[in-house]
Amino acid sequence: MMAAGPTPAGSPGGSTVVAGPAPGGRASSIPLLGRGHEPTVFEFSSEGRRAWSFRTTGLPEWEAADVVPAEWLREEPVGLAEVSERDLVGHVTRLTHRQYSVDLGAYPLGSCTMKYNPKLCDTAASLPGFTAAHPATPAPLVQGWLELLWSLTDTLCRVTGMAAATLQPPAGAAGELTGLLLMRAYHASRGEVRHKVIIPDSAHGTNPASVTLGGFRTVTVPSDARGLVDVAALRQRLDEDVAGIMLTNPNTLGLFEENIAEVAAAVHDAGGLLYYDGANFNAILGVTRPGDMGFDIVHLNLHKTFAVPHGGGGPGAGPVAVSPRLADFLPGPLPTRLPDGSFGWESPPRSIGRVHSWYGNALALARAWSYILANGADGLRRVAEGAVLNANWLRGRLRGVYDLPYDRPVMHELVASTAGLKKATGLRALDVAKRLLEEGFHAPTVYFPLIVEEALMIEPTETESPQTLAALADALIAIAGDPPGEAAHAPRSTPVGRVDEARAARTLLPTWDAVAAHQAAAQARGAPS
Amino acid sequence: MNVPEDLRYTADHEWARLEGGQVRIGITDYAQDALGDVVFVQLPEPGKGVKAGESFAEVESTKSVSDVYAPVDGTVVEINADLGDAPQRLNDDPYGEGWICVIRPDDTGALSSLLDADGYRKLTES
Repeated sequence: MMAAGPTPAGSPGGSTVVAGPAPGGRASSIPLLGRGHEPTVFEFSSEGRRAWSFRTTGLPEWEAADVVPAEWLREEPVGLAEVSERDLVGHVTRLTHRQYSVDLGAYPLGSCTMKYNPKLCDTAASLPGFTAAHPATPAPLVQGWLELLWSLTDTLCRVTGMAAATLQPPAGAAGELTGLLLMRAYHASRGEVRHKVIIPDSAHGTNPASVTLGGFRTVTVPSDARGLVDVAALRQRLDEDVAGIMLTNPNTLGLFEENIAEVAAAVHDAGGLLYYDGANFNAILGVTRPGDMGFDIVHLNLHKTFAVPHGGGGPGAGPVAVSPRLADFLPGPLPTRLPDGSFGWESPPRSIGRVHSWYGNALALARAWSYILANGADGLRRVAEGAVLNANWLRGRLRGVYDLPYDRPVMHELVASTAGLKKATGLRALDVAKRLLEEGFHAPTVYFPLIVEEALMIEPTETESPQTLAALADALIAIAGDPPGEAAHAPRSTPVGRVDEARAARTLLPTWDAVAAHQAAAQARGAPS
Repeated sequence: MNVPEDLRYTADHEWARLEGGQVRIGITDYAQDALGDVVFVQLPEPGKGVKAGESFAEVESTKSVSDVYAPVDGTVVEINADLGDAPQRLNDDPYGEGWICVIRPDDTGALSSLLDADGYRKLTES
């Protein structure tokens, strides 16, 4: 079984960091409250029980039927759990203590950039001047907010090499859709209708989804033997029906697209636009800019690169920045500095319209601005340098233990593979992910990108210390040396063990009443549910 | 890994079996092993025309969603509707109960351009 304490440095793979007394970013006890079964909130339910009830308020009471038209009334009770406040708070608190989070330990989930978010940014975004403002407040009364939004827009344009930006999109995928609608508007303004958008086979799944949602058709371009866009294959796919290409740089293999200038020239020559998916911007922040590479549209995930917490549904922020020829089409209104130095709103002349209510997820924007101010230009560059250094250090430690299909200097993340280990001992990428949970780390991304067999996509981020990286590397190396079959039942120390994902997907029971019906049917058959 | 001698194969890991004038299609043992547990199969509509090398169905596993490509030009005449309730048949019996559909090929001779068992074995072992 696993070691009870931190794995000592100097295990196979050759540690180059002397681990100090600190365990190094490892969540030392998962779960905090043991493996006891936590019932669902419905199992706490007791008919008629209430969390609280108002004492006599003096206000008149109505029956629902007196004020709601009969056809809109439910025929049966909605079936909510009926629980006391005490039981509910206990239930929710126990569940929160079973979560893994960026605050708890290292979270090397590739492509997601789950880095630690400084508490300073929480404090800044919690200032009452930010939280208490209503978005409909007239501009002269919220000059501070407007200055923040204008400054953030200006800075994001500077770091991307773009001319103008919208802060409205609330997430990366929303930014992608916004960018594709801008692409459509641009071509339409030139009297052109173009139907195809080119995407590499290593791309994020959101790219083709956004292309389809934007009304375009996806054309896939393969990667070459070095893991980069196959430029010859790209040229074959370029014609006057191609609206543009969507790329991440570095790509999902963590590799910098070295031929980006050639790619940009070829796409532009065919009349297409270049879209930069900012999911991996953490790797180049302050070092190079999409605008300098020839990109026309850039979305940034502020919830990745600029330390806005994410996972579990947001709120995120996916601003979109564009080159001069696309600025007139941006969603509006945009914050602007007026001739007298004050701030106001302005709508681009040929705007595609709003893509979010008000001005986007404003408090996420405030948090990102505080992160930028706290780091300064030199600090932002060190973010990228640290992220790249950490990924390459980890790659060095894993060499010879895991397969490294594209073993050359990477950017912010690396893709390893258990293909060889699978043949030798049966160890699969999923097994490594589950075993790592037992070792007190979050799992890396697995089975992505799709072009690598048994892929482990590891993004350590710049926020982890050398000691944490060493502990993570030691854990990964130890797992690779597990006796065959050791990992099959992992994780054994988490509140929930190995989940039967296939059965869950085949027999999807998304609601409590579906689960209850399934259990009743199983009971009637005399079978275990 | 199981590669039956009497089938023809594509480099995209589909198998094809000539049955009278029709062709039964599925994914290979190698493909199902690489995909992992199959949880959903998107079947084509009977009557749909398919083109060799173009996607006509999708197989979703716990890892990914993959296209299934037609081995030859033709028309879908029968689909394995049982896969709706039992997609795991692709894992359990890829060359038998896990078949995906039957097509009427435009030209039965087109099958001879596909890989034979030996050729496919070499492809997956390389």
